[in-house]
Amino acid sequence: MPTYDEIFEKVQATLVDALGVDDEDVTQEATLQGDLGAESIDFLDIVFRLERNFGIKIPRGELFPENLVADPEWVSDGKLTGKGISELKSRLPYADLSKFAANPDVEKIGDLYTVDMLVHYVQSKLAA
Amino acid sequence: MRWIWIDKFLEFRSGQFARAIKNLTLAEEHLHDHFPGYPVMPASLIIEGLAQTGGILVGEAAGFAEKVVLAKIPRADFLGVACAGDQLIYEVTLKDLRSEGAVVEAKAFLEGELLVDAEIVFAHLDNSRANQIFGPKNFVFTQQLLGILDLAKAQQRAREADELAANNGQPHQPTGS
Repeated sequence: MPTYDEIFEKVQATLVDALGVDDEDVTQEATLQGDLGAESIDFLDIVFRLERNFGIKIPRGELFPENLVADPEWVSDGKLTGKGISELKSRLPYADLSKFAANPDVEKIGDLYTVDMLVHYVQSKLAA
Repeated sequence: MRWIWIDKFLEFRSGQFARAIKNLTLAEEHLHDHFPGYPVMPASLIIEGLAQTGGILVGEAAGFAEKVVLAKIPRADFLGVACAGDQLIYEVTLKDLRSEGAVVEAKAFLEGELLVDAEIVFAHLDNSRANQIFGPKNFVFTQQLLGILDLAKAQQRAREADELAANNGQPHQPTGS
């Protein structure tokens, strides 16, 4: 079973290929969209590459769920409600929601997709 | 002008591989502007031809049930130019196919030499949304287009080549790749 750092290095190489970014840009905390400039179609490319590079199967919607805020009742005044946050936690179990929960602005949901989230996701797939 | 940037399929192996041909002629208007006195096939149109070859390979793999659109070109290396009078061979190999889309390796050859080496990602358009925008008709693949491109004949030839290889006890080797 590879270590976190070993998986991180491979995820880093994957994102360098998929997004045309430099190694040093791909830090653990980097957000895929905000920091690395990923667009929605890049998510499909990233899924293909992770599957190939790690020999894993990623079912549709498991890593990048479609329509993250599925129920309008999860949002109030542009922020996620308590129920919304717990739903999000269950849909993105590998994301670190601690900072987001302090200010759960709907516009910031995209920032939950980080390099660290990908590493944790791959780690769980390899352990399965 | 019709937006068809391949002339014919030479070989078509469902869900695996397609080889198409593109002849460049001075009847193509764009060659007179790109460039005056030096007719070079624009790189973007070679990519379009590779994407059409790959798009049909991807679409056929799912029985043309999906609307396939070019989503992304992660990589494209151009090693030379093709001019009027040249004949390009496009070879596309399906690397991965899933419900959201597909990725292919696409190469163009000129006189047996590698001219373009690219990777293309296709997405399957969400059918409910695509129907709202474009209607139920599959605007990407029409039977008329597939007929012109000799898709069925190319498939038949590939099957015959496989049978011949099987009878001789030899595995099939795609030529030119």
